[in-house]
Amino acid sequence: MSVLVLAEHDNAELREATLNAVTAAAQLSDDIHVLVAGSGCAQAADAASKVAGVTKVWLSDDPAYAHQLAENLAPVMVDLASGYSHLLAAANATGKNVMPRVAALLDVAQVSDVIAIESDDTFVRPIYAGNVIATVQTIDPIKVVTVRTTAFEPAAPEGGAASIEALPGAGDMGFSTFVGEDLTKSDRPELVSADIVVSGGRGMGNGENFALLEDVADKLGAAVGASRAAVDAGFVPNNYQVGQTGKVVAPQLYIAVGISGAIQHLAGMKDSKVIVAINKDEEAPIFQVADYGIVGDLFQVIPELSAELDKI
Amino acid sequence: MKILVAVKRVVDYNVKVRPKADGSGVETANVKMSMNPFDEIAIEEAVRLQEAGKAQEIVAVSLGVSQCQDTLRTALAMGADRAILVETDQELQPLAVAKLLKAVAEREQPDLIIVGKQAIDDDSNQTGQMLSALLGWSQGTFACRVEVGDGTLQVGREVDGGIQTVTLKMPTVVTADLRLNEPRYVKLPNIMKAKKKPLDKLTPEELGVDITPRLKLVKAVEPPSRKAGIKVADAAELVNKLKNEAQVI
Repeated sequence: MSVLVLAEHDNAELREATLNAVTAAAQLSDDIHVLVAGSGCAQAADAASKVAGVTKVWLSDDPAYAHQLAENLAPVMVDLASGYSHLLAAANATGKNVMPRVAALLDVAQVSDVIAIESDDTFVRPIYAGNVIATVQTIDPIKVVTVRTTAFEPAAPEGGAASIEALPGAGDMGFSTFVGEDLTKSDRPELVSADIVVSGGRGMGNGENFALLEDVADKLGAAVGASRAAVDAGFVPNNYQVGQTGKVVAPQLYIAVGISGAIQHLAGMKDSKVIVAINKDEEAPIFQVADYGIVGDLFQVIPELSAELDKI
Repeated sequence: MKILVAVKRVVDYNVKVRPKADGSGVETANVKMSMNPFDEIAIEEAVRLQEAGKAQEIVAVSLGVSQCQDTLRTALAMGADRAILVETDQELQPLAVAKLLKAVAEREQPDLIIVGKQAIDDDSNQTGQMLSALLGWSQGTFACRVEVGDGTLQVGREVDGGIQTVTLKMPTVVTADLRLNEPRYVKLPNIMKAKKKPLDKLTPEELGVDITPRLKLVKAVEPPSRKAGIKVADAAELVNKLKNEAQVI
């Protein structure tokens, strides 16, 4: 029984989400293969071959896979599928886009956003924005699964010595064309994998005030996030959003500033190890999940916090 | 252009959902039901395309129990021209829904299908992608912007690092993300008008689709709960606690 993991990468580097998916795969099998499909992606395939636990890397290098468009990528997974018991990917933008297409072409169900693996065919996943935890069993011969990265530790990026086998690309299916990308540039860690996240909500008042949080974040080596309210108000770009419909994070420390704690937001951060809430409203629901709370005006508390961090 | 929009009846997003005491499922008796919020966005986008003169007809489809007619009437009140209910009391999982929608699409021959990116009950985020695969079409998932071209659709997609733009060959399937638009409030005269719009019924048998569930729910439980912690007086005490007690900085 072998497991195939879809690698997430930018052709040069393997994204950390792939390492989380490999850890999930290791709970199912000792024979873990990784598919690196891209354009000029030999370096990413090399990186994949070194990941601890990986036994084989399929390298499919074709201009059609440069941006990992689902219409082109799904057939590659489907062609390989018969040799595997499970097809896995991280449940983020690429995996969510590609894997249901793979499952449908194979006429099997997909199990989305898995947070624990009970056995070969039984998986645990949150439903209703995490208000209910469901255990589901699939009857399909090939299991297509996406995993929540925060629920699985990343595999060691070094220590493996997998073979790399080239897989001819199938070319462009002619369905879709990549036009461009508008990505937020930041020197801070990635939101989903950061050890510390500082998030702002509607209470921040405007986008400029996020500079206060960025100052604290930089002193902590933290990523900056936001609630849906702050994104909808246009304070920050939408890829900052933490919550049911945004990103799910589970850092060591989550600092929620001016965030009331709507259930949709809690769904995205309540698995954090330590939660701090700073809010002027004593009744804000965020305090019900916070380990440490400060009731006060964030425009006073945040500069004080910044000054205190300078002292340590 | 003809647009097909799929809408799902789900537990209202304001309801705090709980598992049944025996863990056999989720308590849905006497719970308020509404249209899945992402499907509202899907309908809204279709109506805006029609108002902009880009689309001639909007057909809303729902699948499930008889009460899904209420969801379809909402879609009609928002601006859909007619509705189709594929009626069944059996549980429908995403693959089965995609197969049923494919069968409806083959009858209706739309140029564009818009669905919500996920339903807020099972949070699967699968149906649009599966439908696109089964039809052999292009897909524009997690859309935050849609522009009609000449036989193509340009779609802005919310990806992890920002926005990706793709051009899709039509016919195509688009899944609506949160920021595609803000759905309108339905006005009373439109609710009255919606009652007179056509609503046809079909069954999975008539469409020749096997809807047997592939996933079995073993159990449904509450997530582990967090306890509220303590209030601290100021930033100095907070930093002290984070450093010495929690040891996270």
